[in-house]
Amino acid sequence: MARLAACGLLIFLAAAATARAQGLEVTVADPYLEMRTGPGRGYPVVNVVERGERVQVEKRRTDWFQVIDENGREGWVHKGQMSETLVPAGVKMDIDDPSREDFGAHRREVGLLVGDYGGSNVVTAYGAYAFNEHLAAELAVAHLLGNFSDGQYLTLGVTHVPRPDWRIQPFLSIGTGVIRIEPKGTLVGTEVRTDQVAYAGVGVRAYLARRFIIRGEYKEYVVFTDRDENEEDTEWKIGFAFFF
Amino acid sequence: MENRIRILLLSAVVLVTGCSYMPWRKDAPEAEPPPPPEAGETPVVIDPQVERREVKPAKIDTENWEAGLYVGSLSVEDFEVNPVYGARIAYHVSEDFFAEAIVGTSDAGFSSFERLSGGAPLLTDSERQFTYYSLGFGWNALPGEIFLGGKRAYNSAVYLTLGAGATRFAGGDRFTLTAGAGARILVRDWLAVHLDMRDHIHEIDVFGANKTSHNYEASLSLTAFF
Repeated sequence: MARLAACGLLIFLAAAATARAQGLEVTVADPYLEMRTGPGRGYPVVNVVERGERVQVEKRRTDWFQVIDENGREGWVHKGQMSETLVPAGVKMDIDDPSREDFGAHRREVGLLVGDYGGSNVVTAYGAYAFNEHLAAELAVAHLLGNFSDGQYLTLGVTHVPRPDWRIQPFLSIGTGVIRIEPKGTLVGTEVRTDQVAYAGVGVRAYLARRFIIRGEYKEYVVFTDRDENEEDTEWKIGFAFFF
Repeated sequence: MENRIRILLLSAVVLVTGCSYMPWRKDAPEAEPPPPPEAGETPVVIDPQVERREVKPAKIDTENWEAGLYVGSLSVEDFEVNPVYGARIAYHVSEDFFAEAIVGTSDAGFSSFERLSGGAPLLTDSERQFTYYSLGFGWNALPGEIFLGGKRAYNSAVYLTLGAGATRFAGGDRFTLTAGAGARILVRDWLAVHLDMRDHIHEIDVFGANKTSHNYEASLSLTAFF
Protein backbone atom coordinates (compact mmCIF):
# COMPACT_ATOMS: atom_id res chain seq x y z
CA MET A 1 0.00 0.00 0.00
CA ALA A 2 2.78 2.41 0.99
CA ARG A 3 4.65 1.44 -2.15
CA LEU A 4 1.60 2.29 -4.21
CA ALA A 5 1.33 5.67 -2.46
CA ALA A 6 4.99 6.42 -3.18
CA CYS A 7 4.45 5.52 -6.85
CA GLY A 8 1.42 7.79 -6.91
CA LEU A 9 3.46 10.59 -5.40
CA LEU A 10 6.12 10.22 -8.10
CA ILE A 11 3.52 10.24 -10.86
CA PHE A 12 1.86 13.31 -9.30
CA LEU A 13 5.21 15.13 -9.14
CA ALA A 14 5.91 14.33 -12.78
CA ALA A 15 2.42 15.51 -13.77
CA ALA A 16 2.84 18.71 -11.77
CA ALA A 17 6.14 19.44 -13.49
CA THR A 18 4.52 18.97 -16.91
CA ALA A 19 1.55 21.16 -15.96
CA ARG A 20 3.88 23.98 -14.95
CA ALA A 21 5.72 23.81 -18.24
CA GLN A 22 2.42 24.32 -20.09
CA GLY A 23 1.72 27.60 -18.30
CA LEU A 24 -0.05 28.69 -15.17
CA GLU A 25 -3.81 28.67 -14.82
CA VAL A 26 -5.28 31.39 -12.62
CA THR A 27 -8.80 32.30 -11.51
CA VAL A 28 -10.13 35.84 -11.83
CA ALA A 29 -10.95 37.28 -8.38
CA ASP A 30 -11.55 40.92 -9.33
CA PRO A 31 -14.97 41.79 -10.83
CA TYR A 32 -13.37 41.43 -14.25
CA LEU A 33 -10.06 41.10 -16.11
CA GLU A 34 -9.34 43.28 -19.13
CA MET A 35 -7.60 41.69 -22.11
CA ARG A 36 -5.90 44.03 -24.56
CA THR A 37 -4.64 43.46 -28.09
CA GLY A 38 -1.05 44.30 -27.18
CA PRO A 39 1.36 44.65 -24.27
CA GLY A 40 0.80 48.36 -23.65
CA ARG A 41 -1.64 50.74 -21.98
CA GLY A 42 -2.70 52.24 -25.32
CA TYR A 43 -3.94 49.03 -26.88
CA PRO A 44 -7.73 48.58 -26.91
CA VAL A 45 -9.53 46.23 -24.54
CA VAL A 46 -11.12 43.56 -26.75
CA ASN A 47 -12.24 40.99 -24.20
CA VAL A 48 -13.33 40.92 -20.57
CA VAL A 49 -13.11 37.84 -18.35
CA GLU A 50 -15.53 37.73 -15.42
CA ARG A 51 -14.90 36.80 -11.80
CA GLY A 52 -14.60 33.06 -11.26
CA GLU A 53 -13.50 32.26 -14.78
CA ARG A 54 -10.06 30.89 -15.43
CA VAL A 55 -7.31 32.04 -17.79
CA GLN A 56 -4.08 30.38 -18.88
CA VAL A 57 -0.94 32.53 -18.53
CA GLU A 58 1.26 32.06 -21.59
CA LYS A 59 4.12 34.52 -21.18
CA ARG A 60 5.14 37.88 -19.87
CA ARG A 61 6.64 40.95 -21.55
CA THR A 62 7.65 43.86 -19.28
CA ASP A 63 4.54 44.52 -17.12
CA TRP A 64 2.12 42.64 -19.38
CA PHE A 65 0.98 39.01 -19.35
CA GLN A 66 -0.35 37.18 -22.37
CA VAL A 67 -3.30 35.00 -21.37
CA ILE A 68 -5.80 32.68 -23.07
CA ASP A 69 -9.33 32.53 -21.66
CA GLU A 70 -11.65 29.51 -21.49
CA ASN A 71 -12.98 30.30 -24.96
CA GLY A 72 -9.49 30.29 -26.46
CA ARG A 73 -9.24 34.06 -26.93
CA GLU A 74 -5.80 35.62 -26.49
CA GLY A 75 -5.00 38.98 -24.95
CA TRP A 76 -2.60 40.96 -22.78
CA VAL A 77 -3.34 41.77 -19.13
CA HIS A 78 -1.52 44.31 -16.97
CA LYS A 79 0.49 43.24 -13.93
CA GLY A 80 -1.78 45.25 -11.63
CA GLN A 81 -4.80 43.11 -12.58
CA MET A 82 -2.80 39.91 -12.84
CA SER A 83 -1.62 40.21 -9.23
CA GLU A 84 -5.28 40.11 -8.12
CA THR A 85 -5.93 36.68 -9.65
CA LEU A 86 -5.78 33.45 -7.65
CA VAL A 87 -3.38 30.61 -8.36
CA PRO A 88 -4.61 26.99 -7.89
CA ALA A 89 -3.41 27.07 -4.25
CA GLY A 90 -6.14 29.65 -3.64
CA VAL A 91 -3.85 32.56 -2.88
CA LYS A 92 -3.14 35.69 -4.89
CA MET A 93 -0.61 35.37 -7.68
CA ASP A 94 2.73 36.47 -6.29
CA ILE A 95 4.57 38.55 -8.87
CA ASP A 96 8.05 38.80 -7.48
CA ASP A 97 9.28 41.98 -9.14
CA PRO A 98 12.17 44.11 -7.99
CA SER A 99 11.02 47.26 -6.26
CA ARG A 100 12.30 50.24 -4.33
CA GLU A 101 12.71 48.00 -1.25
CA ASP A 102 15.07 45.68 -3.14
CA PHE A 103 17.33 48.54 -4.21
CA GLY A 104 20.28 48.52 -1.85
CA ALA A 105 19.71 44.90 -0.84
CA HIS A 106 20.45 43.61 -4.34
CA ARG A 107 23.34 41.28 -5.10
CA ARG A 108 24.23 41.99 -8.73
CA GLU A 109 24.43 45.15 -10.78
CA VAL A 110 25.36 45.64 -14.45
CA GLY A 111 25.70 49.02 -16.08
CA LEU A 112 27.03 51.32 -18.72
CA LEU A 113 28.72 54.68 -18.13
CA VAL A 114 29.95 57.36 -20.50
CA GLY A 115 32.17 60.33 -19.64
CA ASP A 116 35.62 61.82 -19.71
CA TYR A 117 38.96 60.30 -18.67
CA GLY A 118 41.86 62.78 -18.60
CA GLY A 119 40.54 64.64 -21.65
CA SER A 120 39.56 61.52 -23.60
CA ASN A 121 36.05 60.19 -24.02
CA VAL A 122 35.40 57.00 -22.13
CA VAL A 123 32.78 54.26 -22.53
CA THR A 124 32.63 51.84 -19.60
CA ALA A 125 30.73 48.65 -18.90
CA TYR A 126 30.79 47.31 -15.35
CA GLY A 127 29.46 44.49 -13.26
CA ALA A 128 29.26 44.39 -9.49
CA TYR A 129 28.62 41.69 -6.93
CA ALA A 130 27.60 42.71 -3.40
CA PHE A 131 28.90 40.71 -0.43
CA ASN A 132 26.47 42.54 1.82
CA GLU A 133 24.37 45.71 1.66
CA HIS A 134 27.40 47.95 2.12
CA LEU A 135 30.28 46.30 0.31
CA ALA A 136 30.53 45.17 -3.32
CA ALA A 137 33.26 44.02 -5.69
CA GLU A 138 33.25 45.71 -9.05
CA LEU A 139 34.84 44.81 -12.38
CA ALA A 140 34.98 47.53 -15.04
CA VAL A 141 36.18 47.50 -18.62
CA ALA A 142 36.56 50.76 -20.51
CA HIS A 143 37.31 52.04 -23.97
CA LEU A 144 39.20 55.35 -24.01
CA LEU A 145 38.89 57.46 -27.14
CA GLY A 146 41.00 60.61 -27.32
CA ASN A 147 42.27 62.98 -29.97
CA PHE A 148 45.85 61.82 -29.55
CA SER A 149 45.53 58.34 -28.15
CA ASP A 150 43.17 55.43 -27.69
CA GLY A 151 43.21 52.87 -24.97
CA GLN A 152 41.47 50.41 -22.71
CA TYR A 153 41.50 49.72 -19.03
CA LEU A 154 40.36 46.85 -16.89
CA THR A 155 39.93 47.48 -13.17
CA LEU A 156 38.80 45.53 -10.14
CA GLY A 157 37.76 47.35 -7.00
CA VAL A 158 35.43 47.58 -4.06
CA THR A 159 32.63 50.06 -3.45
CA HIS A 160 31.20 51.00 -0.09
CA VAL A 161 27.63 52.27 0.28
CA PRO A 162 27.15 53.85 3.73
CA ARG A 163 23.34 54.12 3.48
CA PRO A 164 21.82 51.32 1.36
CA ASP A 165 18.32 52.28 2.59
CA TRP A 166 18.29 55.68 0.87
CA ARG A 167 16.75 56.19 -2.56
CA ILE A 168 19.82 58.22 -3.59
CA GLN A 169 22.91 56.42 -2.34
CA PRO A 170 26.39 57.95 -2.23
CA PHE A 171 29.30 55.53 -2.42
CA LEU A 172 33.08 55.40 -2.15
CA SER A 173 35.31 53.23 -4.29
CA ILE A 174 38.92 52.10 -4.51
CA GLY A 175 40.55 49.66 -6.88
CA THR A 176 43.37 48.71 -9.17
CA GLY A 177 43.90 47.41 -12.68
CA VAL A 178 45.78 47.77 -15.93
CA ILE A 179 45.59 50.50 -18.55
CA ARG A 180 46.78 50.29 -22.14
CA ILE A 181 47.38 53.52 -24.05
CA GLU A 182 47.97 53.48 -27.77
CA PRO A 183 48.98 56.85 -29.30
CA LYS A 184 47.37 57.64 -32.66
CA GLY A 185 49.37 56.87 -35.78
CA THR A 186 49.78 60.51 -36.77
CA LEU A 187 52.14 61.13 -33.83
CA VAL A 188 55.79 60.19 -34.25
CA GLY A 189 58.07 58.51 -31.75
CA THR A 190 55.49 57.13 -29.35
CA GLU A 191 54.82 53.59 -28.30
CA VAL A 192 52.01 51.50 -26.84
CA ARG A 193 52.19 51.59 -23.04
CA THR A 194 50.64 49.12 -20.61
CA ASP A 195 50.79 50.22 -16.97
CA GLN A 196 49.28 49.39 -13.65
CA VAL A 197 46.71 51.83 -12.37
CA ALA A 198 45.00 52.51 -9.04
CA TYR A 199 41.98 54.66 -8.29
CA ALA A 200 39.88 56.19 -5.55
CA GLY A 201 36.50 57.69 -6.21
CA VAL A 202 33.15 58.93 -5.05
CA GLY A 203 29.80 58.51 -6.72
CA VAL A 204 26.10 58.40 -6.40
CA ARG A 205 23.48 55.93 -7.56
CA ALA A 206 19.74 56.53 -7.52
CA TYR A 207 16.71 54.31 -7.97
CA LEU A 208 14.61 55.13 -11.05
CA ALA A 209 12.02 52.38 -11.49
CA ARG A 210 11.77 48.59 -11.56
CA ARG A 211 15.35 47.31 -11.69
CA PHE A 212 16.67 50.50 -13.27
CA ILE A 213 19.21 52.83 -11.64
CA ILE A 214 21.05 55.96 -12.70
CA ARG A 215 24.64 56.36 -11.60
CA GLY A 216 27.36 59.00 -11.73
CA GLU A 217 30.91 58.88 -10.41
CA TYR A 218 34.17 60.76 -10.14
CA LYS A 219 37.51 59.00 -9.83
CA GLU A 220 41.16 59.96 -9.36
CA TYR A 221 43.60 57.60 -11.08
CA VAL A 222 47.33 57.11 -10.56
CA VAL A 223 49.11 55.41 -13.46
CA PHE A 224 52.33 53.74 -12.30
CA THR A 225 54.56 54.48 -15.30
CA ASP A 226 58.17 53.38 -15.73
CA ARG A 227 59.14 57.00 -16.34
CA ASP A 228 60.40 59.37 -13.65
CA GLU A 229 56.96 60.53 -12.61
CA ASN A 230 53.66 58.76 -12.16
CA GLU A 231 50.76 60.08 -14.16
CA GLU A 232 47.59 61.30 -12.50
CA ASP A 233 44.24 61.40 -14.29
CA THR A 234 40.73 62.33 -13.31
CA GLU A 235 37.61 60.72 -14.64
CA TRP A 236 33.89 61.46 -14.43
CA LYS A 237 31.15 59.31 -15.86
CA ILE A 238 27.39 59.07 -15.90
CA GLY A 239 25.12 56.26 -17.04
CA PHE A 240 22.52 53.72 -16.14
CA ALA A 241 22.48 50.25 -14.65
CA PHE A 242 20.22 47.32 -13.79
CA PHE A 243 20.21 45.38 -10.56
CA PHE A 244 19.07 41.81 -10.09
CA MET B 1 10.51 19.91 13.88
CA GLU B 2 10.93 16.17 14.29
CA ASN B 3 8.07 15.67 11.85
CA ARG B 4 9.48 18.07 9.32
CA ILE B 5 12.84 16.33 9.32
CA ARG B 6 11.09 13.01 8.93
CA ILE B 7 9.04 14.25 5.97
CA LEU B 8 12.17 15.63 4.37
CA LEU B 9 13.97 12.31 4.83
CA LEU B 10 11.00 10.36 3.52
CA SER B 11 10.76 12.46 0.38
CA ALA B 12 14.47 12.11 -0.25
CA VAL B 13 14.35 8.35 0.14
CA VAL B 14 11.29 8.07 -2.10
CA LEU B 15 13.02 10.06 -4.79
CA VAL B 16 16.29 8.16 -4.52
CA THR B 17 14.97 4.61 -4.30
CA GLY B 18 11.86 5.02 -6.42
CA CYS B 19 9.13 2.50 -5.60
CA SER B 20 11.26 -0.50 -4.68
CA TYR B 21 12.82 0.08 -1.26
CA MET B 22 11.35 1.36 1.99
CA PRO B 23 13.67 1.06 4.99
CA TRP B 24 12.09 3.66 7.23
CA ARG B 25 9.08 1.64 8.39
CA LYS B 26 11.11 -0.32 10.94
CA ASP B 27 13.40 2.51 12.05
CA ALA B 28 10.95 5.36 12.50
CA PRO B 29 11.41 6.68 16.09
CA GLU B 30 8.45 7.46 18.33
CA ALA B 31 7.45 11.12 18.51
CA GLU B 32 8.50 12.71 21.82
CA PRO B 33 5.61 13.51 24.20
CA PRO B 34 4.98 17.26 24.59
CA PRO B 35 6.70 18.78 27.68
CA PRO B 36 4.45 19.14 30.77
CA PRO B 37 2.88 22.63 31.09
CA GLU B 38 4.56 24.96 33.57
CA ALA B 39 2.66 26.50 36.48
CA GLY B 40 0.35 29.37 35.43
CA GLU B 41 0.52 28.43 31.77
CA THR B 42 -2.56 27.25 29.89
CA PRO B 43 -1.97 23.63 28.91
CA VAL B 44 -1.84 23.04 25.18
CA VAL B 45 -4.71 20.73 24.36
CA ILE B 46 -4.21 20.55 20.63
CA ASP B 47 -0.83 21.04 19.03
CA PRO B 48 -1.69 21.69 15.36
CA GLN B 49 0.73 19.91 13.08
CA VAL B 50 -0.39 21.80 9.97
CA GLU B 51 2.50 23.10 7.94
CA ARG B 52 1.90 26.40 6.22
CA ARG B 53 2.09 25.93 2.48
CA GLU B 54 4.93 27.80 0.96
CA VAL B 55 3.77 29.54 -2.20
CA LYS B 56 6.52 30.09 -4.72
CA PRO B 57 6.25 32.68 -7.47
CA ALA B 58 5.01 30.98 -10.63
CA LYS B 59 7.47 30.21 -13.38
CA ILE B 60 6.21 32.28 -16.26
CA ASP B 61 8.10 32.59 -19.52
CA THR B 62 9.35 36.17 -19.65
CA GLU B 63 10.28 37.64 -23.01
CA ASN B 64 12.08 40.88 -22.32
CA TRP B 65 15.15 40.25 -24.48
CA GLU B 66 15.23 40.86 -28.19
CA ALA B 67 18.08 39.93 -30.52
CA GLY B 68 18.56 39.94 -34.25
CA LEU B 69 20.55 40.86 -37.34
CA TYR B 70 20.28 43.73 -39.77
CA VAL B 71 21.34 44.68 -43.27
CA GLY B 72 21.19 48.12 -44.79
CA SER B 73 23.17 50.83 -46.42
CA LEU B 74 25.60 53.17 -44.71
CA SER B 75 26.74 56.49 -46.08
CA VAL B 76 30.27 57.06 -44.74
CA GLU B 77 30.81 60.80 -45.13
CA ASP B 78 33.10 61.46 -48.15
CA PHE B 79 33.48 57.70 -48.71
CA GLU B 80 30.39 56.60 -50.67
CA VAL B 81 27.35 54.57 -49.69
CA ASN B 82 27.88 50.87 -49.07
CA PRO B 83 26.09 47.83 -47.62
CA VAL B 84 26.26 47.48 -43.83
CA TYR B 85 25.73 44.33 -41.75
CA GLY B 86 25.09 44.30 -38.05
CA ALA B 87 23.65 42.69 -34.96
CA ARG B 88 21.42 44.15 -32.29
CA ILE B 89 20.41 43.05 -28.80
CA ALA B 90 17.89 44.88 -26.61
CA TYR B 91 16.44 44.50 -23.14
CA HIS B 92 12.93 45.88 -22.63
CA VAL B 93 12.86 47.50 -19.21
CA SER B 94 9.25 48.65 -19.46
CA GLU B 95 6.69 49.13 -22.19
CA ASP B 96 8.25 52.58 -22.76
CA PHE B 97 12.00 52.09 -22.47
CA PHE B 98 14.65 49.62 -23.60
CA ALA B 99 18.41 49.34 -23.47
CA GLU B 100 20.19 48.29 -26.63
CA ALA B 101 23.59 47.37 -27.99
CA ILE B 102 24.42 47.36 -31.68
CA VAL B 103 27.52 46.38 -33.62
CA GLY B 104 27.94 46.76 -37.35
CA THR B 105 30.48 46.76 -40.15
CA SER B 106 30.77 48.09 -43.68
CA ASP B 107 33.46 48.57 -46.31
CA ALA B 108 33.74 52.24 -47.22
CA GLY B 109 34.40 53.26 -50.82
CA PHE B 110 36.68 55.91 -52.29
CA SER B 111 36.39 59.64 -51.68
CA SER B 112 35.83 62.01 -54.60
CA PHE B 113 39.32 63.41 -53.97
CA GLU B 114 40.88 59.98 -54.42
CA ARG B 115 38.94 59.39 -57.65
CA LEU B 116 39.56 62.81 -59.21
CA SER B 117 43.20 63.30 -58.25
CA GLY B 118 44.16 59.87 -59.55
CA GLY B 119 46.89 59.70 -56.91
CA ALA B 120 47.62 57.12 -54.32
CA PRO B 121 44.61 56.10 -52.15
CA LEU B 122 44.35 57.81 -48.77
CA LEU B 123 43.53 54.63 -46.89
CA THR B 124 44.56 51.01 -47.07
CA ASP B 125 41.90 48.33 -47.49
CA SER B 126 41.88 47.49 -43.79
CA GLU B 127 41.64 51.19 -42.84
CA ARG B 128 38.67 51.47 -45.18
CA GLN B 129 36.64 49.04 -43.11
CA PHE B 130 34.11 50.96 -41.02
CA THR B 131 33.21 49.09 -37.82
CA TYR B 132 31.18 50.52 -34.97
CA TYR B 133 29.48 49.64 -31.72
CA SER B 134 26.99 51.61 -29.71
CA LEU B 135 25.45 51.11 -26.29
CA GLY B 136 22.40 53.11 -25.35
CA PHE B 137 18.71 53.22 -24.73
CA GLY B 138 15.50 53.77 -26.63
CA TRP B 139 12.07 55.19 -26.00
CA ASN B 140 8.94 53.75 -27.61
CA ALA B 141 7.50 57.15 -28.50
CA LEU B 142 4.59 56.01 -30.65
CA PRO B 143 3.25 52.56 -29.76
CA GLY B 144 0.34 51.37 -31.85
CA GLU B 145 -0.97 49.00 -34.43
CA ILE B 146 -0.46 48.74 -38.17
CA PHE B 147 -3.35 47.49 -40.28
CA LEU B 148 -2.76 45.49 -43.41
CA GLY B 149 -5.99 45.28 -45.39
CA GLY B 150 -9.17 44.78 -43.43
CA LYS B 151 -8.33 41.62 -41.47
CA ARG B 152 -4.76 41.88 -40.27
CA ALA B 153 -3.45 44.06 -37.44
CA TYR B 154 0.15 44.04 -36.23
CA ASN B 155 1.44 45.64 -33.05
CA SER B 156 4.07 48.24 -33.75
CA ALA B 157 6.06 51.06 -32.24
CA VAL B 158 8.02 54.02 -33.51
CA TYR B 159 10.99 54.62 -31.23
CA LEU B 160 13.89 56.99 -30.73
CA THR B 161 17.34 55.79 -29.68
CA LEU B 162 20.49 57.42 -28.34
CA GLY B 163 23.76 55.65 -27.75
CA ALA B 164 27.48 56.11 -27.27
CA GLY B 165 30.30 53.92 -28.49
CA ALA B 166 33.20 53.87 -30.87
CA THR B 167 33.93 53.65 -34.58
CA ARG B 168 37.06 52.12 -36.07
CA PHE B 169 37.78 53.77 -39.40
CA ALA B 170 40.78 55.30 -41.19
CA GLY B 171 43.28 53.81 -38.79
CA GLY B 172 41.84 54.82 -35.44
CA ASP B 173 39.05 54.40 -32.92
CA ARG B 174 36.77 57.38 -32.53
CA PHE B 175 34.22 58.18 -29.86
CA THR B 176 30.84 58.04 -31.57
CA LEU B 177 27.37 59.20 -30.65
CA THR B 178 24.56 57.35 -32.37
CA ALA B 179 21.11 58.90 -32.67
CA GLY B 180 18.34 57.08 -34.40
CA ALA B 181 14.69 56.48 -35.02
CA GLY B 182 13.03 53.25 -35.96
CA ALA B 183 9.80 51.41 -36.47
CA ARG B 184 9.17 47.95 -35.07
CA ILE B 185 6.39 45.72 -36.39
CA LEU B 186 5.62 42.44 -34.65
CA VAL B 187 4.71 39.93 -37.32
CA ARG B 188 4.37 37.26 -34.60
CA ASP B 189 4.30 37.61 -30.82
CA TRP B 190 7.99 36.74 -30.76
CA LEU B 191 9.21 37.97 -34.16
CA ALA B 192 9.71 41.60 -35.15
CA VAL B 193 10.77 43.46 -38.27
CA HIS B 194 12.54 46.80 -37.75
CA LEU B 195 13.19 49.66 -40.10
CA ASP B 196 15.92 51.86 -38.59
CA MET B 197 17.53 55.17 -39.47
CA ARG B 198 20.67 56.05 -37.53
CA ASP B 199 23.27 58.78 -37.58
CA HIS B 200 26.76 57.87 -36.33
CA ILE B 201 28.48 61.13 -35.39
CA HIS B 202 32.22 61.37 -34.74
CA GLU B 203 35.22 63.62 -35.26
CA ILE B 204 37.60 62.71 -38.08
CA ASP B 205 40.81 64.23 -39.53
CA VAL B 206 41.44 62.19 -42.67
CA PHE B 207 41.62 65.33 -44.84
CA GLY B 208 43.98 67.23 -42.52
CA ALA B 209 41.62 69.31 -40.42
CA ASN B 210 39.35 67.92 -37.73
CA LYS B 211 35.69 67.85 -38.64
CA THR B 212 32.45 66.34 -37.41
CA SER B 213 31.39 63.49 -39.66
CA HIS B 214 27.77 62.35 -39.96
CA ASN B 215 27.35 58.81 -41.22
CA TYR B 216 23.75 57.99 -42.01
CA GLU B 217 22.51 54.45 -42.04
CA ALA B 218 19.22 52.90 -43.09
CA SER B 219 18.66 49.26 -42.19
CA LEU B 220 16.11 46.50 -42.09
CA SER B 221 16.35 43.97 -39.28
CA LEU B 222 14.69 40.81 -38.09
CA THR B 223 14.67 40.19 -34.34
CA ALA B 224 13.28 37.56 -32.03
CA PHE B 225 12.00 38.03 -28.49
CA PHE B 226 13.17 35.53 -25.88
